[in-house]
Amino acid sequence: MAAILAERRHGFGFVTPLLVVMLAAFNLPILYMLALGFWSKQGGFTTEHYAALLDAPIYLRVLANTLRVSVVAMLVNIAIGYPLAYWMRGLSPRAQFIALACVITPFWISVLVRTYAWIVVLGNNGMVNRLLQWTGLTDSPVSFLYNELGVMIGMANVLLPFLVLPLFAAMLRIDDRLMQAAASMGAPPSTIFLKVFLPLTLPALASGALLVFILCLGFYVTPAILGGGKVPMISNLLDFLINQIPRWEQASALSTLLLIVTLLIFAAYRALDRKVGA
Amino acid sequence: MTDIRLEAISKHYGAFKAADNVDLAVAQGEFVTILGPSGSGKTTLLSLIAGLNQPTTGRILIGGRDVTGSPPQQRNVGLVFQSYALFPHMSVFDNVAFPLRVRKTPPDALRAKVMAALELVQLQGLANRRPAQLSGGQQQRVALARAFVFEPDILLLDEPLGALDRKLREELQVELKQLQRRIGVTTILVTHDQEEALSLSDRVMVLDRGQVQQIAAPQEAYLRPANKFVADFLGIANFVQLPGGREGVIRPERIRLAASGGLAAKVVEAVYLGQTIRYHLDAGGTGFVAAAPFVGQPHAIGDSVSLTWDEADVWPVA
Ligand SMILES: Nc1ncnc2c1ncn2[C@@H]1O[C@H](COP(=O)(O)OP(=O)(O)O)[C@@H](O)[C@H]1O
Ligand SMILES: [Mg+2]
Repeated sequence: MAAILAERRHGFGFVTPLLVVMLAAFNLPILYMLALGFWSKQGGFTTEHYAALLDAPIYLRVLANTLRVSVVAMLVNIAIGYPLAYWMRGLSPRAQFIALACVITPFWISVLVRTYAWIVVLGNNGMVNRLLQWTGLTDSPVSFLYNELGVMIGMANVLLPFLVLPLFAAMLRIDDRLMQAAASMGAPPSTIFLKVFLPLTLPALASGALLVFILCLGFYVTPAILGGGKVPMISNLLDFLINQIPRWEQASALSTLLLIVTLLIFAAYRALDRKVGA
Repeated sequence: MTDIRLEAISKHYGAFKAADNVDLAVAQGEFVTILGPSGSGKTTLLSLIAGLNQPTTGRILIGGRDVTGSPPQQRNVGLVFQSYALFPHMSVFDNVAFPLRVRKTPPDALRAKVMAALELVQLQGLANRRPAQLSGGQQQRVALARAFVFEPDILLLDEPLGALDRKLREELQVELKQLQRRIGVTTILVTHDQEEALSLSDRVMVLDRGQVQQIAAPQEAYLRPANKFVADFLGIANFVQLPGGREGVIRPERIRLAASGGLAAKVVEAVYLGQTIRYHLDAGGTGFVAAAPFVGQPHAIGDSVSLTWDEADVWPVA
């Protein structure tokens, strides 16, 4: 025991430089950012920036909008990602490899490029609209872009791997014999899915969905481009506050609020997770 | 309770025959063991009977009803997997209750049945545990309780004791046999352990490379093996030449060690097995194994002895 502790202390010496770098590079800026929100223009401590967050309705409205768009994007991700992962689980190993490659390759392409690609695909003269009109499903182009629909399509595309990969891994770990056992005991396929398969994938689904949700909260590029400035998300508002006006203190207060909301959501998830796990 | 019939069952994987023209009839309430080396097709046969897999050719009848092609849900079979396949996210109680909930058993009856099943396998105190919190033997018993709690017509057990240590395995063998007798369910047990097969079953079916080698009562298969494979697989076999160039098998217990008057041999090894001693002998280049009761002064390594046996104890094989 003592030897292990000594070893630990020994190892600590090696990681100290790394810790110092992490503290300086990551945590100090965050602390500075937190402090900035309480910094008055005239110098000294103030809570006026936080008061302003509550006074001007725009901030809370954008926050609510961000949460709503993120929830919907997360749900869209689940609706697409879960069946996709489930379908991939049933493939032959070779087909699984190909499907996995298709899910992962977009990771290698810049988010910016992918987002602009959606303009080509979804624009009024884009592939989708031309197909819709050619098949006669619509007469005039459907506006996919510069609204929430476009933002959500774009975010779902960018974030899908974050949900599908952990979910697929969790599904692969489920022993087929569990489902066979359930079938031998007389359970119909729907019961097997609802009582055996789904519960076993729920932890991975929940953590994957949470990851997607939190990533959505801070998304900048996709809402900026596909939303065309008409879908205000917090990160776009922050950009405005920092680069256009500039009002760094207000931006700091707003991002602190976002951080708190994110942490609260994460805490709720952990509490739920522990309750389910017990 | 129901009988099982396999009629010319084959299961092909490409050119490979995991089951090759298997015929088997198991009577109602009978305990049959399928015995064979690893890869001989034992699990394949069970999965065919349970309906988890479809035969390439042949018919399966349960209780006289042709169930070939019908899904596992319609076969009312209690199945214990080699790996137990307990639901990791459910308590012991919920695992055992699963087949009853599927059958919409009312809560009071469900509770009573689950507790009775858990009592039968001596796990009543562990109903709220998760499978991961149980030992291998306890998990095995949960799997067993889950397989018979819904009163299936037949019970299929795939090497259920395979992963356990010897003492626990022997305890559970006795429990299993008593349980099977008490509920009188038609049972097929799969094992590669010949002692388990011989001690538990009414009849054994010996399988090799997907083909049936012999179906017989345990002592019959042991003393009168159908061929050399069965003779070798079931315990220790001594092969002796018979007149006419044929070969015969004689079991170690049937060989006597005398001072003179038989085949001269030297003791190479003496293994103490509690009640008996097993002698490994060398008779002019031919190896023999004899088992003698552990009474009096045992022979030492290097002793010269004389081997005798009754001609009636030699069984001709091939
Ligand atoms: N799905 C499958 N595809 C191809 N070969 C299989 C499949 N399932 C089993 N086999 C083969 O069939 C043979 C018998 O397997 P199995 O019934 O599991 O043997 P046992 O249970 O006696 O050890 C093995 O050689 C195995 O490799
Ligand atoms: Mg097997």
